[in-house]
Amino acid sequence: MVADRSPAVMLDKVAKIFPGKAAPALDDLSVTIEPGQFVAVIGKSGAGKTTLLRCLSRAAVVTRGAIRFDQIDLAALRGAALRAHRTRVGMIYQQFNLVRRLPVVDNVLIGRLGRLTGWSRWGALARHFDREQRAIALRCLDHVGLVDRVWQRTDTLSGGEQQRVAIAKILAQEPTVVLADEPVASLDLSNGRLIMQTLRRVASAVGITVIATLHHVELAKSYADRILGLKEGRLVFDGTPSQLSDAALFEIFGEFVTEPAGRPEADCLGELARS
Amino acid sequence: MSTAFTSIHAGPVPPVPAKASVAGRTMLATLALAVVFGLAARVVELRPLELLRDIGNVGVFLRGYLHPSFGNVGEYAWQCVVTLCIALWGTVLALLVSVPLGLLGARNLSPHPLVYFAARRIMDVLRAVNEFVFALMFVTAVGLGPFAGMLALGIHTGGILGKLLSETIEAVDPGQVEGVAAVGAGRLQVIAFGVVPQVLPNFLSYVWLRFESDIRSASVIGMVGGGGIGFYLWDTIRSFKDGEAATVIMLIVAMVMCIDVVSARVRRAAI
Repeated sequence: MVADRSPAVMLDKVAKIFPGKAAPALDDLSVTIEPGQFVAVIGKSGAGKTTLLRCLSRAAVVTRGAIRFDQIDLAALRGAALRAHRTRVGMIYQQFNLVRRLPVVDNVLIGRLGRLTGWSRWGALARHFDREQRAIALRCLDHVGLVDRVWQRTDTLSGGEQQRVAIAKILAQEPTVVLADEPVASLDLSNGRLIMQTLRRVASAVGITVIATLHHVELAKSYADRILGLKEGRLVFDGTPSQLSDAALFEIFGEFVTEPAGRPEADCLGELARS
Repeated sequence: MSTAFTSIHAGPVPPVPAKASVAGRTMLATLALAVVFGLAARVVELRPLELLRDIGNVGVFLRGYLHPSFGNVGEYAWQCVVTLCIALWGTVLALLVSVPLGLLGARNLSPHPLVYFAARRIMDVLRAVNEFVFALMFVTAVGLGPFAGMLALGIHTGGILGKLLSETIEAVDPGQVEGVAAVGAGRLQVIAFGVVPQVLPNFLSYVWLRFESDIRSASVIGMVGGGGIGFYLWDTIRSFKDGEAATVIMLIVAMVMCIDVVSARVRRAAI
């Protein structure tokens, strides 16, 4: 599986203002993400992380400025072109967003929907997929180690397993950019690490761009090539994990990160990493 | 007994904000309800004492029913089968009517607010007009008989099921729908994968419930020429053939009881 080349993702003075809100959710954000980078976006709740991902997936449209995937301006996308953009962008959600009543294999096959052409589009409406599509789905499931769960109803799986199904769905979808919105926030630490490792492994294997929002600084540091720090919709940090100093963290999180309550978890992570 | 919590449980009660009194509102509501029910009693000529005084007349009337006559029982039994068939195809028609209307009348799926509005209003009309009124209309269109009854039941039930379907669709988990739309799926694909699996169990349960209810409706729709056992019910009661009427009523009761038993089993098996 080799993906199409990832586009360079360019944000040019992007602002997003929601109607009725005085403060912009995103404010004068300019950044270029090179193809194949694994980028973590960190920041407090309400800093604009989710809004940023929603603008990149074109679930939301920017108020000012422009987002370009290579030369394509997302604001101009309509109808079939917009659906094609969504096919090229793989989404991972905090709540997995899998169809809970369907068997695992169908959720992976959903990843193929945007890739079907001709008659197979109609067959899919009756949940019929040809041998080739099914084979792809099974290989993707095998890649995340869940091939033995193929016929099980998706909501009988644990949270960590469901997120791995979501990754298998992405593999079936063959996107060029993966956007992950708090992919591990509803998982425990060890499952969170497993998901991050899987994402990292997949991204490196096919060389695609991953942009993930994370509120766990330690996870961001251990898996990302590049970290963007958002505060009140503005970019206040852009650098490698090793450049993320305590001063930079203070700038992003304010006094929050220095609270003792935040410490034990970070220690746990350290222990996990050592073990 | 003193526990570690005593220091929390003891001590002064903290001051709390004043709670708004609802006594006045409760009194007003009670009074309003009493007036409404009192007026309604006058309108329906509620006279329980007369019922007690003349209860004997009902006994006289019922005595005729103690001797059912089984001369035409074969014909009546056949009309029960006709009744079931009316309900069966009425439900099929109801599905054909309700699925498109329900999809277009769900706010989160409708392609345009005008389409949503139109679908909702059509369903309102279908529900508001009683199946008997539809039966009278269809009798003039396709003549007396079960076909008219089946059309009437199907159209009316279609409106009800359509409304239930659209409301079930509006209550789906949007995250699961978003998960399908996010891969670039088309509108029909989003419905087939994101919506149908979520609404199907509830919708099938509604369909089954309406099928049971349609059997009861079909057993009387013959009164207005819609075919089935209802015609004989009407005919025997109106012409004071008490023995015959008793047989017809017994058959209807037996049929409905059988359906209830079967229905309970189907539900258990399906769940």
